[in-house]
Amino acid sequence: MADGDRLLGHLLRRAGFGASSAELAAYSSLSYSQAVDRLVNYEQIPDTVDSNIGKPGFVGTTSRGAFSPNTVADDARQRWLFRMVHSDRPLQEKMTLFWHNYFATGLSKVTGQVKNPNGTRLMAAKALEDPARQRGQIELLRDGAVGSFRDLLVAVAQDPAMLIWLDGDTNTKAKPQENFGRELMELFTRGVGYYTEDDVYAAARVFTGWNLKPGDNNDSSSSYSFVYNANQHETSTKTFSFPIYSDGSRTIPSRAASAGMQDGIDLINALSMHPETARRLATKLYGFFVSETAPPDPNLINDLATTYLQNGTVIKPVLQRLFTSPQFQDPSIFFTRYAWPVEFVARSLKETGWSGFSVGTALTPLTSMGQELLEPPDVAGWSLGQTWFSTGAMLARMNFGSALAANQKFSLATAAAASRSSSRAVVDYVVGRLTVDLPNDVYNDLAAYAAAGVAWTGSDAQLQTKTPGLVHLVLGSAEYQFV
Amino acid sequence: MMNRRAFLKDGVAAFTISFAAPVFLSDLARAQGASSRNLVVLDLTGGNDGLSMLVPYTDSAYYSRRPTLAIPAGSVLQVGSDSSGKALGLHPKLTGLKDIFSQGRLALIQRVGYENSSRSHFFGTDIWSTANPSNSAGNGWVGRYLATLPPPLDPLVAWNTTGDTPHALLSSAVPVASIPSVSGYAFTSPNSGSEATLERAAATSIASHVPVDKPHVAFVSTSVQAAMATLDRVAAVGSYKPTVAYPTNGFGQALQAIAGAMAKGTGTKVFWVQTGGYDTHASQDTNTDTGAYVRLMGTLNDGLTAFYNDLKNQGLLNQSLLLSFSEFGRRISENGSRGTDHGSASVMMAMGGSVHGGLFGTAPSLSADPQNPTLENNTQDVKFENDFRSVYARVIDNWLGGDSVGVLGGNFRKSGLDFV
Repeated sequence: MADGDRLLGHLLRRAGFGASSAELAAYSSLSYSQAVDRLVNYEQIPDTVDSNIGKPGFVGTTSRGAFSPNTVADDARQRWLFRMVHSDRPLQEKMTLFWHNYFATGLSKVTGQVKNPNGTRLMAAKALEDPARQRGQIELLRDGAVGSFRDLLVAVAQDPAMLIWLDGDTNTKAKPQENFGRELMELFTRGVGYYTEDDVYAAARVFTGWNLKPGDNNDSSSSYSFVYNANQHETSTKTFSFPIYSDGSRTIPSRAASAGMQDGIDLINALSMHPETARRLATKLYGFFVSETAPPDPNLINDLATTYLQNGTVIKPVLQRLFTSPQFQDPSIFFTRYAWPVEFVARSLKETGWSGFSVGTALTPLTSMGQELLEPPDVAGWSLGQTWFSTGAMLARMNFGSALAANQKFSLATAAAASRSSSRAVVDYVVGRLTVDLPNDVYNDLAAYAAAGVAWTGSDAQLQTKTPGLVHLVLGSAEYQFV
Repeated sequence: MMNRRAFLKDGVAAFTISFAAPVFLSDLARAQGASSRNLVVLDLTGGNDGLSMLVPYTDSAYYSRRPTLAIPAGSVLQVGSDSSGKALGLHPKLTGLKDIFSQGRLALIQRVGYENSSRSHFFGTDIWSTANPSNSAGNGWVGRYLATLPPPLDPLVAWNTTGDTPHALLSSAVPVASIPSVSGYAFTSPNSGSEATLERAAATSIASHVPVDKPHVAFVSTSVQAAMATLDRVAAVGSYKPTVAYPTNGFGQALQAIAGAMAKGTGTKVFWVQTGGYDTHASQDTNTDTGAYVRLMGTLNDGLTAFYNDLKNQGLLNQSLLLSFSEFGRRISENGSRGTDHGSASVMMAMGGSVHGGLFGTAPSLSADPQNPTLENNTQDVKFENDFRSVYARVIDNWLGGDSVGVLGGNFRKSGLDFV
């Protein structure tokens, strides 16, 4: 493969979910910087992917009754997987996934409070398809995926699912609730070590009265929204260990309760512009897009953090800078990032094929691999990297590869038919179709497997056995678990 | 700064070098024998409210500071008084554990924690995992203990019932087996018969190539190797017939798998199981049947009671020790959401046929007096009396037969903690 194609493949694996052969061909006509522009400026591309759900030529879905992605959790998960496989805005889906992990909110707690289907609505409903124009948290993240981080923080702080998840709905004057204030500083902005316990208590008081206006839990068309309850706001001053205002002042002044919502806005404004936040976010993006094994390059982190601050916390220019950095384009980092389970599934589908396969089939395996969408294990999101690869989780990946290869056996055999002259030619076909760097000893094992058993004739039956067998072995190899 | 993922880097470099060739594993497992002692670590994730589990029901401050969450004195399951004379009772749902306590096979260790306890779930979990409050990166305390065993190690030397490998089990010596479901722990193939057999052989061979120049790939390769090497023995555990009916929830099923592994003699030294939902910031509801904490205690009690009785019936009780922990306890006063926020010291449990049961350590006084030495953080939280590493040390030295000083990086032995 030419160097340019290798770089393009890397970009599409990292900034998206890999590429089908058709997508690769389409991007190949662009220069690298044009490809980055196309990915980053995705709002110029119409977002019509959902209209293809259920149409031939696309990966399928499975539902009990009508497909209901706004109200049924498994259908919402399938819609998202469908988007990962087929969206023409792959970076938007990738960043939505990044934020879902960053602001990790678990559906089960939300549903526990508002019942079904309202829990799914609060997490995943598309506003235009919802009877009350309720926008689910994932849609909020998708809408703001590369926009202002400060705006995203405010929206998340006022998001009904988040108000339930981190108990903001019960944050009152009499008993300030610390959960959101703590995680705002620990996980969303400054990070552990950059705030004190007193800051947590102060932040809890800042957000007193930032509550939920509940809907009717027994009515699937009712509306849930943020409300500022002035009579529940604690109005005294709040002092932090870090600056809140540009003059260096660390104290949010005492305000009338009616104006007290500004406390929270002031705190979020301050936190979003702190250099600690900028560096933490830059480091997270580095780990997600560049490398989680190599220590972050301090120059690049500084560069990204500066870009973030200079652009008033807007993420898009940070990503543009990141994708065009030499560190991102360094071939030594290709195929070094541990693939998340949904990345593995989406890429396997894009490279193996999907005709006649349903993403519903992937849901149980994804849970076994350790990633159930909409249900991160806790507020810090999934444990990434090496921790995806326990023995049980690895078997789940291998077995998903087996199920997909079995499902695709006829189309794989047909596609490999031109290589039926020898078992080794079929190996070469499979290794070329699935983008992966395999060392010689692995390649030799594949060749030995292809040649083992019945003597090679290249019959249809043999192609239908060995081609899916080889695809399974490659999808289950250690090398394929990296993007 | 350290963060919860910093430990990953350490792990990668380490164990690719010393991992044993899988060919020898089943023999090794047999050599380790089914009769050897094992440890079951139970992680109550989210921060367990020790004051609702082991209730100081004669402390008036307990009632004044928890107007809706306090458990009436008449409801607790009394377990006597500790060495300071404080009367204590178990949560009313813990009827089975009360029986085990009465049999002298349950130890309740009070006020366990450490200086400057982290109130962060993740930082706190990392500290409990590494047993190092000042550097919570690196391998886990169980993993370091495993690394002191004679190599090469079988991946089934530890058996994790969750999907991800817990930080405490990260080891330089071995990728421990993670088996969230015994029945799902299998190798499937798009083909059948001899072709499937060929494929399994090929997968095993592919995983045997561990590239020394690519530690990240090597890490995954060793995981595949460990999976392939343990498939058949884990499958054998699937045929285990327990002597009691375990709860059908995940916790109960995980405990059943552990009992099965013990009965089938997998040679496992350390099992890991967890049950979550303890982060009770709101609607903790300790008193009504459908309440959050009542359900937590029900799940805990029913699972552990079934496990205890099953092991007893199987004649396995004396070789097993279960040790529970949580990343922190909770605030003494309830919050406005009828819940409790993150606190510090809490209660650990040790259960097993060789446990010297009873109450260890002393209960805090909950009086909000600034001079009260049993509280910290402006009397908001329970101050630790027993360092959690002293509990670990007792288990490592007196149960596992290891050297706690080496494993924990210091001498944390403490007299009086003779629960095993």
